[in-house]
Amino acid sequence: MSEESPKSGIGARVLRKEDARFLHGHGRYVADISRPRMLEAAVLRSPIAHASNLNIQKPVGHEGQVFTAQDLAAGGVRPIHVVSKYPGHRASDYPHLADEKIRFVGEAVAVCLADTRAEAEDLVAQTTLEFEPLSPVVDMLSASDCEAERVHENWEDNIILETKISENAEAMIEAAISVKRTFRMNRQAVNPLEGAAVMAEWDAREDRLIVYSASQIPHILRNALCECLGLAQHKVRVIAPDVGGGFGYKCVLVPEEIFIPWVAMQVKRPVRWIQDRREHLVAAANAREHHYEVTLHSDLEGNFIGVEADITVDSGAYSVYPHSNILESTMAGRTLHGPYMFASYKVRARAVATNKPPIVPYRGVARPGICFAMELAVDALARKLYREPSELRAQNLVPSEKMPYKTITGGEFDSGDYREALHRAVSLIDLQAQRTRQRVGESDGRLIGVGFGSYIEMTALQTSAAAGAGLAAIPGYEQSHLRLMPDGSLEIGVGIQNHGQGMETTLAQVACEKFGLQIENVVVRHGDTATSPYSTGTYASRSMVMAGGAIARTCDVLGARIKRIGAHLLQCDLTDTTINNASVVGPTGDVTIAEIARVWHRNPEELPEDVDPAGVEVTSGFRPSPDNSPFSYATHAAVVAVDPELGEVEILDYVISEDCGTIVNPMIVDGQIIGGALQGVGTALCEEAQYDAEGQPLSSTFADYIMPGSTDLPKIRLDHLVTPSPLTEFGGKGRGEGGAIPPPAAIANAINDAIKVYGVEVDETPITPRRLRKKLSSSNPPR
Amino acid sequence: MSKLSVKINGEDVSAEVEPRLSLADFIRDHRRLTGTHLGCEHGVCGACTILMNGEPIRSCITFAVIANGTEITTIEGFDDDEPMEQLRKAFHEHHALQCGYCTPGMLVAARDIVMRLPEADEERVRLELAGNLCRCTGYVGIVNAILAVLNNRLA
Repeated sequence: MSEESPKSGIGARVLRKEDARFLHGHGRYVADISRPRMLEAAVLRSPIAHASNLNIQKPVGHEGQVFTAQDLAAGGVRPIHVVSKYPGHRASDYPHLADEKIRFVGEAVAVCLADTRAEAEDLVAQTTLEFEPLSPVVDMLSASDCEAERVHENWEDNIILETKISENAEAMIEAAISVKRTFRMNRQAVNPLEGAAVMAEWDAREDRLIVYSASQIPHILRNALCECLGLAQHKVRVIAPDVGGGFGYKCVLVPEEIFIPWVAMQVKRPVRWIQDRREHLVAAANAREHHYEVTLHSDLEGNFIGVEADITVDSGAYSVYPHSNILESTMAGRTLHGPYMFASYKVRARAVATNKPPIVPYRGVARPGICFAMELAVDALARKLYREPSELRAQNLVPSEKMPYKTITGGEFDSGDYREALHRAVSLIDLQAQRTRQRVGESDGRLIGVGFGSYIEMTALQTSAAAGAGLAAIPGYEQSHLRLMPDGSLEIGVGIQNHGQGMETTLAQVACEKFGLQIENVVVRHGDTATSPYSTGTYASRSMVMAGGAIARTCDVLGARIKRIGAHLLQCDLTDTTINNASVVGPTGDVTIAEIARVWHRNPEELPEDVDPAGVEVTSGFRPSPDNSPFSYATHAAVVAVDPELGEVEILDYVISEDCGTIVNPMIVDGQIIGGALQGVGTALCEEAQYDAEGQPLSSTFADYIMPGSTDLPKIRLDHLVTPSPLTEFGGKGRGEGGAIPPPAAIANAINDAIKVYGVEVDETPITPRRLRKKLSSSNPPR
Repeated sequence: MSKLSVKINGEDVSAEVEPRLSLADFIRDHRRLTGTHLGCEHGVCGACTILMNGEPIRSCITFAVIANGTEITTIEGFDDDEPMEQLRKAFHEHHALQCGYCTPGMLVAARDIVMRLPEADEERVRLELAGNLCRCTGYVGIVNAILAVLNNRLA
């Protein structure tokens, strides 16, 4: 809108407004908030994966400081119960505290309160728990057997939901070439550096419950609190202060977010619970765990004909609110096709219950597994056909001239040039030079490999998709609230939750673009249900698209009102005015927005008779039109060196060629993509939440659960295509998650390229030295 | 209870503490200096890194009583510190932080690198940072920020 292109608008590399407080140690996370007379909570957790007939003995003399499921039931607290519209979906209660049964190690059994966390933990140690052990259901494949023990005793088996999609399946029978593979993406823990955290108090003056939580979804948490505790919406205020990373884990409810507020109401004192890392790793934040049997069919020229697959997702013991325990299996079943053209498709996907923590959405949600399975199958096909894998990809990616493209399962890709993204990745990684290097060989005996991973990501989940699944949180029009202040500065209220994405900056940039304001005069407020418009929150790479869109639309409404006042002050026709450089500009002069703000607030006597009484505070909203989701996409390429004796993998080079539409702030987009990519490296090479045959977690500290560190991805280069989405304001597409999706695929393909002389393939994440050694030792060494 | 006398960010502090109390909990809960963050409480992630007598330590696995007679500097105690001022500016300009949770520990570790290894190259900086986890940034911004400060100080 602004001709002079302010340095604060869309596309500008604006430094972050939120940095200063974090750099000085003044960030305010839940654990930093305390209240007079506040109690600390510690949670007694199950030491066993599956058990019944629980008997809990509170420590004598401290009965009033310990609460169990019986107390919750006596208080009328309702459990979480997530339903779905998918036919055949089996729903179950998720008790806040285990009642009749225990269903995973780490499940909350009792909550103990004391003046300090240490004393509360003393009470946990003094509380006794007796039970009758049941045989645990640990492996998702055998869990589907009808003779397996049942996680939920009133179910016929452990299958939560089975979905089948079959389109034109008979076409695959005639396929000339077929490759069949089995893949596994193992369980992970999400591990934001700040875990879950809750502090709750009843505020007598506000006459309502105030819950501070490290949440990505404060408004949805309020819904859950009202449903479980039977409170009216105006009796609950949820505040998400600074949140130390989320990555999806904090877009679902944890039981503590319900029972901590409830016990605070019982003891009439503020109560705080801060999840420690062990609780996070064993009891809470599990994700992924997919198993695939995939057959990819093509003709002799390598044109894909169809894909068949049997997909199993280990959803754990319960269903998380609001996104359910079938989000992963249904998405995997529906979008295994990835960015490729297919004429036929036959996929069965199952979500299976086990005696492990419920899986939660984690950056990429299902797509890291989908991409891993499809992309490794593509490379297997390429090897079979003696084709360069990138050329086989280029041949089968949806071409730009077919956009918008209807997928075989009914989705619609809105825009983009998938082949160009691949092409750029191929030239950036210098494929020919890598092939030459491979032929020459390494003096240290290591093997060089190049691998690619291409993906699409449906971002900003559309209304109809969420409604069709019957989710407990269905995003509609995202809203923003704009308030022009008396000095002409602008305050923006949004219901999404910034927890590292820089949205206090990027969302302000949208208003700067619209009005020509400078960034220091625009402030974004979020994270408080009392001051922000309702929102389903931050997840699904939706916040910049949705809240950014809402701010743009709301600016249009506010701009019209500002112009009307401006036209009066300039004594010109409304139709002759524009907004530029923070001023209303007319044919003979201009008037600043600050001056208009002053007149409205401080000197209303100067306003015309027919001024719009609605004033200069506006709430309005946005959603994509038509109701579809913009698709981001990318190709990642990795060069690795594999030490065949040690099984060690070093990433020598890594490039990303991506398209997230119009970029609001290139610095922040790059940061999102690079940060996501390193999480994907963790998925690929080191991170695993391991369980033994009894369902005991083996990865309960950062010494057993290996997080990627500063030396793991030294070289990374990015290239951006910009294809604006036709669906959104400014053409933006979601960009928060994509970086984490293809690294397991690209890295595994690079490793398989390196070790192809051994005649084996890696097929399971994380590709640890032990796993890779085992693969190589099972093969015939190359001559 | 044990007696504890310690200087924190230039201020003399005396207290009686439980022997089991960690230094991090003493700093956060007793002194209300909440800039020191707890990420793992078992000495791996580095979010709780502070200076004790000028050396970086993990405050989460250090008992408070160990600090008796020492000088402690937390992220709140660097307001007039030139290398920290340079690092803060560089972290801001190189997008070296997202959620901010690892940042205080990361800055204390970064300051140690800058002071101790004025000629460190990228590989060395990455190696030195291996004791601090960041889940958000992929470390690129952090490494670039530290290298920028090192280069400026050499110039």
